[in-house]
Amino acid sequence: MTQVAKQTMTYRQAIREAMREAMLKDDRVFLMGEDVGRYGGCFNVSEGMLEEFGNERIIDTPLSESGFTGCGIGAAVTGMRPIIEIMTINFSLLAADQIINTAAILQYMSGGQFTVPIVIRMATGGGKQLAAQHSRSLEGWYAHIPGLKILTPATIEDARGMLWPALEDPDPVLIFENSTLYNSEGPLSGNGQVVDIEKAKIHREGADVTILTYGIGLQKSLKAAEELANQGIEAEVIDLRVLRPLDNETIFTSVTKTGRAAIVDEGWKSGGISAEISARITEELFYDLDDPVERICGMEVPAPYARHLEQASLPQPEQIVETIKKMGGLHG
Amino acid sequence: MGKFIMPSLGSQMIEAKLIQWHVKPGDTVKKGDIIGEIDTEKGLIDIEVFEDGVISKLVAKEGEVIPVGSVMAVINGEGKTEKVTAKPAETPKESAKNVPGNGKQKVASKKQVAKSKEVPLHRIKASPLARRVTEDLGVDISKVKSSGKTGTIHRKDVEAYVQQQTADETFEKELDMAEHISKAEGKSMRQSIAAAMSQSNKEIPHYYLEIEIDMKAALDWLSNENQNRSVQERLLPPMMLIKAVANALTEVPQLNGFWTDETMHIEEGIHVGFAIALRQGGLVIPAILNADLKSLDEIRGDFVNMVSRAREGHLRSREISSATITITSLGERGAEKVYGVIYPPQVALIGLGKITDRPRAVDGSIGIRPTLSVVLAGDHRATDGHTGSRFLEKLNNQLQHPESL
Repeated sequence: MTQVAKQTMTYRQAIREAMREAMLKDDRVFLMGEDVGRYGGCFNVSEGMLEEFGNERIIDTPLSESGFTGCGIGAAVTGMRPIIEIMTINFSLLAADQIINTAAILQYMSGGQFTVPIVIRMATGGGKQLAAQHSRSLEGWYAHIPGLKILTPATIEDARGMLWPALEDPDPVLIFENSTLYNSEGPLSGNGQVVDIEKAKIHREGADVTILTYGIGLQKSLKAAEELANQGIEAEVIDLRVLRPLDNETIFTSVTKTGRAAIVDEGWKSGGISAEISARITEELFYDLDDPVERICGMEVPAPYARHLEQASLPQPEQIVETIKKMGGLHG
Repeated sequence: MGKFIMPSLGSQMIEAKLIQWHVKPGDTVKKGDIIGEIDTEKGLIDIEVFEDGVISKLVAKEGEVIPVGSVMAVINGEGKTEKVTAKPAETPKESAKNVPGNGKQKVASKKQVAKSKEVPLHRIKASPLARRVTEDLGVDISKVKSSGKTGTIHRKDVEAYVQQQTADETFEKELDMAEHISKAEGKSMRQSIAAAMSQSNKEIPHYYLEIEIDMKAALDWLSNENQNRSVQERLLPPMMLIKAVANALTEVPQLNGFWTDETMHIEEGIHVGFAIALRQGGLVIPAILNADLKSLDEIRGDFVNMVSRAREGHLRSREISSATITITSLGERGAEKVYGVIYPPQVALIGLGKITDRPRAVDGSIGIRPTLSVVLAGDHRATDGHTGSRFLEKLNNQLQHPESL
């Protein structure tokens, strides 16, 4: 059987393939985390990899986020290329000291003697009825820290293609995988392997308003854009892809064109990435704005367990449509 | 009611001490009056009121230190502005005068007092982009109207304003042109009509076809429709007839156009001219442009507007020169049938008589129905009676289904 150039795969498979490829290409790469080996990963991402690569490269750890993240940092500093999987972003709080106080600043504090080429992957986001402790979207927090690179693959292509350049990056890279995306399926466009990890991407062009989003917000925004188009409003939808450093150029070019921006983020507004983007737009493009920047974000409450309440607390396409329709100067 | 506030006399000034009021509650003040004296870091300064009115209350007490922007007095006035300003004591001579309880000298130099900035009370809400665009285009933003609910001016509103302005300018030019043309011709209206009608009668072999249209459906629909309308928005039979003629012409376009160079030129645009008799005698024939594409309401708007402008002598040249067919209606005057003379180079003219109640066979018995007599005058060079007859039939159909007009 010959290889098909364009395949369909799930987000989960795309990440697994990316890790397999990296491990085949470079024997310094290994995967470490809770349940990544025998259990196949909490979200089944590394299923079968223990059998394929053995327990020296697929390492199950105790429940000790600070410990194994620290091990990963040490390994990276001393020449390895570790992929650390933290089950979910909620538990990364236990490793925050390692990530923020060590990985992000070791190069600076060592006077450039060490770099930390670690990749830390984790699931993020709500929407799966996992309640208040397990449904957070804190990627915006990590985007606050200089020294980290923050990636948010929203597509099969990015899930497949972001890992390798992240491993090649000399600095710590955090990859946030929205847990509701793992089952999503789609064709693998592009060359199916490597993508850039610098630029935001325009998924839909439009002249009336720019929707800026990332991760799970992308599908919701595209859906909203379709409905808006039915009502005569052409929205440009941009997947930010990289939350740090933000791709100012793509954002500013689009908002200059449309004169309007709406930011869709499952995270909270206060001190969030949506606040940062809004501030940048206002700082740089004040005289190009035809409306105040709008934000459609997660409600500032602990994630509810009840399904209808949880869904109500997350940004939904209808809400995006309504918010944008209310922006002034769009009709007529 | 105005509030007199502690003025800012420089960016460094945060407060000042009120030394003395020169007025008391009940005093009438005029814009420019000195109403008190304050002590600032720059010396003693007279404060001046910029509003006419009556002092209703002195809020600040003499000797009190008052922050900039705080209310010092309330003035009941006809004046709408709340602007206040201050001016320093005028001359050094004055400043030498002793002030009770204060040894400091008044400062006279104007340089030491920052000009108080006039702040318009009515703030225009406009998006930054809209403001930038108005600056780029040299538009006075206070003239731009918002189209939105919030009253905020957006780019689109500025662009619409500019477009309207351009259209208005074109209109002015056309008006000038129309006046120019009529003056240049140097002929009286009577003479123009005489020339056109003589030419028509000499050159155009007219044929006449006549139909009696039952107007019950049309008039019922109209009165029903008008129940929900204000007097200004009422629809009148002529408006409906113009629309019906335009619609019928889309089906029989052979009557819409001009006979020139021995050939019929069918026009794509249906511009229905309607004769308006002027009080001073004579008539003008403005046209409702593209009447087939307009809604009944748009036609109503055009009609009302044109009739009033026609009577004032303010029609645009485009309106009086581009009719592709003409309707003449003498119904108001009492004539029951109108056999008109075609206005060359048009090829048809529709004469509408008075709508009168007449006996008519309805569903096998005789009923009294409002009836309109329509007489089509056709140019036999351009069309034959068959075409004209089809047109009348279509017109009748239109008027039997007024709801679809």
